[in-house]
Amino acid sequence: MTTTEHTPPATAPGRPSATVDGRTVTVSPEPGQCLRTWLREQGATGVKKGCDGGDCGACTVIVDDEAIHSCLYPAHRIAGKSVTTIQGLGTPEDLHPVQENFLAAGGFQCGFCTAGMICTVAAMTEADKKDLPRSLKGNVCRCTGYRTIEDAVAGHRNVDPGFRGIGANTGALAGPGVVTGTVRYTMDLRPDELPAPLLHGALVHATRAHARILAIDTTRALAEPGVIAVLTHEDAPAKRFSTAQHEIVEDDPKDTRVFDDVVRYWGQRVAVVIAETQRAAERGVRLVDIEYEDLPAVFDVELADAPDAPAIHPDAGPDAGIARPGDNVLAEVHHEIGDVEAALAASAVTHEATYRTQRLSHMALETHGAIAWTDDEGRFVVRSSTQVPFLVRRALSRIFDLDPDRVRVYCERVGGGFGGKQEVLCEDVALLATMATGRPVRLELSRKEVFTATTVRHPFRMRVRAGADETGTLTALAVDVRSNTGAYGNHGPGVLFHGVGESVAVYNAPHKKVDAMVLYTNTMPSGAFRGYGLSQMIFAVESTITALADKLGIDELEMRRRNIIGPSDPMLSAHDEPEEDLLIGSYGLDQCIDLVSSALDRGRTRWAEHVAAGHGEDLGEEWNIGEGHAIAMIATAPPRGHIAHAHITLGEGGTYELRVGTAEFGNGTSTVHAQLASTLLGTTTDRITLKQSDSDVVEHDTGAFGSTGTTIAGKANDLATKDLIARLQALAAPHLGARPEEVEIAGDYACVRVPADLNARFAAVVGPAGGRRAVHLDVLLRESLAATGEAPTGSGYWGGEPRSVAFNVHGFRVAVNMCTGEVRILQSVHAADAGVVMNPHQCRGQVEGGVAQAIGAALYERIIVDEETGRPVTDILRQYKAPNFADIPRTEVHFADTHDAVGPQGAKSMSESPFNPVAPALANAIRHATGVHFTATPLTRDAIYAGLAEAGVLEQ
Amino acid sequence: MDMSCVDEVLTCADPERWQPGDSWLAGGTVLFSYGTDITQGPPRRLLDITEAGWTPTQWRCDASGEPLELEIAATCLIKDIFEFRANGPRLPAHTDRVLPGLDLFAPCCDSFVASWKIWNASTIGGNVATGLPAGPMISLLSGLDAVALLWGPRGSLRAVPVADLVVGEAQTTLEPGELIRSFHVPIAALTQPCAFRRISLTERGRTAALIIGRRLGADTLRLAITGSTRRPHIIDLGPDAAHAATCAGLQAAIDEAVAGVWHDDIHGTPQWREAMTHRLGAEILTELLDPAEPHPRFAARTTGDITMTRSTR
Repeated sequence: MTTTEHTPPATAPGRPSATVDGRTVTVSPEPGQCLRTWLREQGATGVKKGCDGGDCGACTVIVDDEAIHSCLYPAHRIAGKSVTTIQGLGTPEDLHPVQENFLAAGGFQCGFCTAGMICTVAAMTEADKKDLPRSLKGNVCRCTGYRTIEDAVAGHRNVDPGFRGIGANTGALAGPGVVTGTVRYTMDLRPDELPAPLLHGALVHATRAHARILAIDTTRALAEPGVIAVLTHEDAPAKRFSTAQHEIVEDDPKDTRVFDDVVRYWGQRVAVVIAETQRAAERGVRLVDIEYEDLPAVFDVELADAPDAPAIHPDAGPDAGIARPGDNVLAEVHHEIGDVEAALAASAVTHEATYRTQRLSHMALETHGAIAWTDDEGRFVVRSSTQVPFLVRRALSRIFDLDPDRVRVYCERVGGGFGGKQEVLCEDVALLATMATGRPVRLELSRKEVFTATTVRHPFRMRVRAGADETGTLTALAVDVRSNTGAYGNHGPGVLFHGVGESVAVYNAPHKKVDAMVLYTNTMPSGAFRGYGLSQMIFAVESTITALADKLGIDELEMRRRNIIGPSDPMLSAHDEPEEDLLIGSYGLDQCIDLVSSALDRGRTRWAEHVAAGHGEDLGEEWNIGEGHAIAMIATAPPRGHIAHAHITLGEGGTYELRVGTAEFGNGTSTVHAQLASTLLGTTTDRITLKQSDSDVVEHDTGAFGSTGTTIAGKANDLATKDLIARLQALAAPHLGARPEEVEIAGDYACVRVPADLNARFAAVVGPAGGRRAVHLDVLLRESLAATGEAPTGSGYWGGEPRSVAFNVHGFRVAVNMCTGEVRILQSVHAADAGVVMNPHQCRGQVEGGVAQAIGAALYERIIVDEETGRPVTDILRQYKAPNFADIPRTEVHFADTHDAVGPQGAKSMSESPFNPVAPALANAIRHATGVHFTATPLTRDAIYAGLAEAGVLEQ
Repeated sequence: MDMSCVDEVLTCADPERWQPGDSWLAGGTVLFSYGTDITQGPPRRLLDITEAGWTPTQWRCDASGEPLELEIAATCLIKDIFEFRANGPRLPAHTDRVLPGLDLFAPCCDSFVASWKIWNASTIGGNVATGLPAGPMISLLSGLDAVALLWGPRGSLRAVPVADLVVGEAQTTLEPGELIRSFHVPIAALTQPCAFRRISLTERGRTAALIIGRRLGADTLRLAITGSTRRPHIIDLGPDAAHAATCAGLQAAIDEAVAGVWHDDIHGTPQWREAMTHRLGAEILTELLDPAEPHPRFAARTTGDITMTRSTR
């Protein structure tokens, strides 16, 4: 806090006080301030702002022995009380038992929920701990899928002690910081670290779906005490850009301004109020008066290209990258291999259905936010919650016509991403505000803003037609797709092309047809979301394959075995030729299918034995049981280039500094990077210091999306480390009287193995020598410094090509209540082909987290936009069902045994892809339980009830 | 979240001092979760009633010491409701009453979509004053014939059944400046056998339908329909009521009371809520009346994720 009138005095004799983590603090909050904000102002930044509405639990603290949600607790009420936050429970040196358990179980990924999770568990009774579906219902973890959290509560250890390399379940290096609330996220910067007093920004959002702004009157807002400035389209650069970030800028249409004079969706940002306090900024927002001229709007993607539909970007020129602006068509692809119509006509069976998927919110626990300022050298610095710091820097320098050297963008730990932070959604405004005011400015989006004015998963409408012969061999597969990009085209083309890619290419069919379009509507923009178009398309294609199998009376997995591509088949979808840079570097799809199939077999037997033995209750006659499966293929990296640089430098005492560009947001790549390097260097991960996600640290890094943290940045790291080893070998060779290639780097030494006979003679003279000759790495370091002034450094670069493919298969056994529509997941099995698994604990966590998020997407989650007015309806977490502990079953996770020819040390990607087969596997299981083919997600109880009623199979 | 609209917070439970633009602040868990007052718009001042010093729960007895009612202060915390069986004040020693109605307290607390941590701050009065269809304290109090005592400006004093106080989503009959002082649960309602059913779209999620039933006499039932409707509906079944205590009677009574106005939001479609209300009602009917020919499907069927544990006390 920086202002004069609202800042509580550090000490105020006679004023009420409270104890915060053992410190006595004067209680003098702003009127209406919640305890969470007040605690963070007192330096207790371990307390996190997640949903800001009492539903996620990230802000949980303990007040006089009782756990409370501090975002709901009036701060003035804390006077005379004692607060314990995550930082007061324990420290990295002296952990609280619950912190120790979360560390040992690896009960976190991004860690943004962890502080609240640990405070909640610390306040539980033993009885509470035995009923976690009930006692954890006020805590949301978006990353883990809850299995490791359950393990943490139970005191189960998942993380291997020590710091071992590839193949070990090594814990995150940041773990002690995460469980003690001391690791820093974007908004945890102390104001005194900034060069000048901090200002706060708050956005003004449009309340029209399509309108021209005639006037913005800022008079009343500027009169609000503390308000410094209001910036609007008149202050913003005219240049258009895309909020989406890819290596190739032209992949996304240039259709967005920092602030525009045309509103294209309800919720679009139209101005920023900058003030001395967050409170003043928020009060100012309510006082900005905007005069609109309404324009006709279109919300339905089916009508978006109708002749009478209003064009949403009518003035876009040829360089904007919009296929047909007059028709609202952003991008399209139409392609046919063979003759689908003839093949369908000649097929023994055909299936046709239209599938729909809904808008989803990423619901990363940390909202988007950025802090921008000018450093001592006159450079603009932007600290942001981003997956793509380097691309953000590039975007900012383009938008504001700055030399890239004048902009630095970085992030510390990011509280979840899931694709939602592969966008520039607040960095540009923060930079504009700091340019306008000359002071540091912080812009943190509220949860409501994330729900209503960032991005969602693209809603897809997919008409699928497919046929097969009597033996179950596919004859034809045709998809007709409409994707709704919303008011702006960020990620629209990429999501569409990716969506219709691997989903269709995983099957051999002689006749294929793709007709796909992505169109603008006056609704909130869609964007990158875990799976990137595949989760939508795979829902449709996999539901179709099962429907065909059922028509033929063939087992649905057998149907898939007959039709999936083999290790040397071409991957074909929307083009005649396969993509040149996409290879099957390893093939484990067949293994994955077998793993899921056999696990479900075992589960079925177990269930029957269990019930027969009288252990489980018989579900009763209302419940029907069914099994369902689905498969998924995904490229291990995005197409058309994905770049990473890495450098690794030898330090004192056998330590290394590893510099990579990629960001850590719970994906676990930081651990994998340390494991990759330490394995090659014959050392342990605690010797590796990682510097990352800072545009100052390496030349360039396309970023952490498309599951590239391991496959691309890991590959650069692999090359850099091997480069360093070569340098060390060269330096050590003269010391050891050996050729460089004979030198091994291990621990603190470079050494050569001595033949046994030589060793025996050597030992006879000078005593036991351990079978090797060695030189300490410090010697090499000093030598290098003396000779060149620099420590030995290895460098690596990977351009992202060629790429491989990873596979995922999911299977469910479910029970469906034929009267109520309730679904119970009786068994959940996932098999993944991730190549060589770098860190089984973490990789399993990625799979479990992806499955959990996908169960939410399949059964509950939905962002609702009023189809009549375009007004967003879902604006608080309570209206958006992100799965809680009670909603997520334990999923059996199996890995295929493969070694990838492309990926670093045989590894493949595994963060997006587990999401993709889950919804169709659930829908197929529900189909087999009920006999009803459901074609839309989410499959909520009321939707299933309606489907059963419509099909006439509802029981009363 | 921060309520940046607020200029001032006062400690005050006096309706005389209420001004337009003021909101009563109890636990704060609803006001602070929206950052505004969803019943009347953003407040300029918050009047904090939690330091009024009202006794959370107490038994009111007549001159002879016979208990008449349980009085629950509006500021009583949900955790005190949850723990009432174990930690609440006991009935006077000479009364030897069995109070099955107290068994409803815990499952109603568990019906909050929010966690037990909320119970440490939320109040029973706040839940009622918010007036949401899914408000489980509205369900509990409506299900037990509770009456709310309201304090208003200029010394106004009103007693209104909770089932009539809530009239729509976030709508009550509270007048400007009026606050809820207490709830009064008649001892008779607590002594009658009762049953509880609830369902949500998700496990332990937001209530989509919550029904509480009581057996008033040998063949007489009273049901409080909440959650699935925009306001509580009380249904009487039996020889003296418009509909008999049968499955057919129940169905007709529900249809008549609700008159097709089922609640519609993300937490359940009207059609599903209607079907679930009938289903849960039929289970309650079967459980409480044990009709001569119970429908086999209803016998011992308990739909939903939260159940009531019967106490022997």
